[in-house]
Amino acid sequence: MTTEHIRSADPDLPTVDAATGSTAGPTRAGRLVLPRYRHDDPDTHPPLLFPDYGSTNLRAPKQPLALLPQRLTEVTGPLLGEGRLGDLDHDLTRQHAGEPLGQRIIVHGRVLDGNGRPVPNTLVEIWQPNAAGRYRHAVDNWPAPLDPNFTGVGRTLTDADGHYRFVTVQPGAYPWRNHPNAWRPAHIHFSLFGQAFTQRLVTQMYFPGDPLFFQDPVFNSVRDPLARERLISRYDHSVTEPEWALGFEFDLVLRGREATPFEDGEDDD
Amino acid sequence: MTERHTDLSPTFGTGPAVDTSAEPAATAALAPTPPLGSTPAQTVGPYLHIGLLWPDGPDVVPDGTPGAIWIRGQIFDGAGEAVPDALVETWQADPDGRFDHPDDPRGARPPSVPGFRGFGRSATDPDGRYEIRTLRPGALPGPDGETEAPHLNLSIFARGLLHRLVTRLYFPDEEAANAADPVLGSIDPARRATLVARPAPDGFRFDIHLQGPDETVFFAV
Repeated sequence: MTTEHIRSADPDLPTVDAATGSTAGPTRAGRLVLPRYRHDDPDTHPPLLFPDYGSTNLRAPKQPLALLPQRLTEVTGPLLGEGRLGDLDHDLTRQHAGEPLGQRIIVHGRVLDGNGRPVPNTLVEIWQPNAAGRYRHAVDNWPAPLDPNFTGVGRTLTDADGHYRFVTVQPGAYPWRNHPNAWRPAHIHFSLFGQAFTQRLVTQMYFPGDPLFFQDPVFNSVRDPLARERLISRYDHSVTEPEWALGFEFDLVLRGREATPFEDGEDDD
Repeated sequence: MTERHTDLSPTFGTGPAVDTSAEPAATAALAPTPPLGSTPAQTVGPYLHIGLLWPDGPDVVPDGTPGAIWIRGQIFDGAGEAVPDALVETWQADPDGRFDHPDDPRGARPPSVPGFRGFGRSATDPDGRYEIRTLRPGALPGPDGETEAPHLNLSIFARGLLHRLVTRLYFPDEEAANAADPVLGSIDPARRATLVARPAPDGFRFDIHLQGPDETVFFAV
């Protein structure tokens, strides 16, 4: 955990952290002033019970969720840094003696919060199957070949502008037994922490124009069609490299903050 | 298809394309623009182990840390079967009730215990068992002068969970603090026990029931 890029809050006054926009700080009345993260629209995230996805039936809680107010544990979170990264973690095509088979692609984008601000120096973890749609995992034994030169795991940190970049190969579609002739659209799993426990997100990135969306309950569990489209990357010719790799852009948005309430109309911004 | 929305909603298949360059960093405390829609959650699927496991994942504190405790438990589904492909993540204050984080209004403070990470991560084994090595967290002040009892926040990810589940772990020997805790106090008394760990020889045991008669209380954050 590193806080080198972070300025500690002044113990007496609300401060604005240039790197994070944080305005957390006690007021003169001595009350803790915490950032508040906005709640997402109810149709943004999938419901826990979605019978078309059979595995939800015995794993989704039956009781309604209780509301957890955002206090210290919720508005803080692990700030995981360089110690978690190896030299080649961002390039899934250079982690073995030879190159993996398949279409080489560059996946890049920005991690933003809901206010449009970049989330800098934040860990991004990805995993995916190989070009044939096979995961290097003991439980995946469908008859597609493993690639001795592909593990399918990547990690990187966003830069000061919230930008990240991976080199990998286009993942293949993956068959499963959820429904007759079931196939997952090609996807890459993403895991992000943001700055707070409240912002933690695990999601999947899809590719534009995939013909398999119509029958995929995981993708279609997101009820808001605009939110669903936010899971689809964009072909990006500006980062496609001649005679090397196709480019795809995928921005991720974590929950944004509400305005910090200052007492007595104070405005230190 | 490619019409730009004035509210900065993404256009089809583009993801959010936002130009924040016009906003000076110094005044970035509050963005005046309408909120961007969050990226939806999706399940970790059955192969989270290849992407999310670290050799030191369960080590909130390093091996050999004085006073370290193990928090262990099993995760069960609605049929009472163990869940062998889940991931548990924990987040907590240090023993002094402090966070090394800029949004703690008391100030970011490096932990007094060397190597304390605050964060733990453990996949379940074929019997649905997870384990985290940590230190007991301190109590926390709340924004309205209340005190929160020592607790861990947990996120649970698994195949069949389209969104993470969030729960809290409290300690059984903190009766007075637990009785005054504002979160525990907001829960149906008949279900509070699902948030309290049980003593174990080298720490505590905390089982998680995703569904069914013993269903753990889960939270929206």
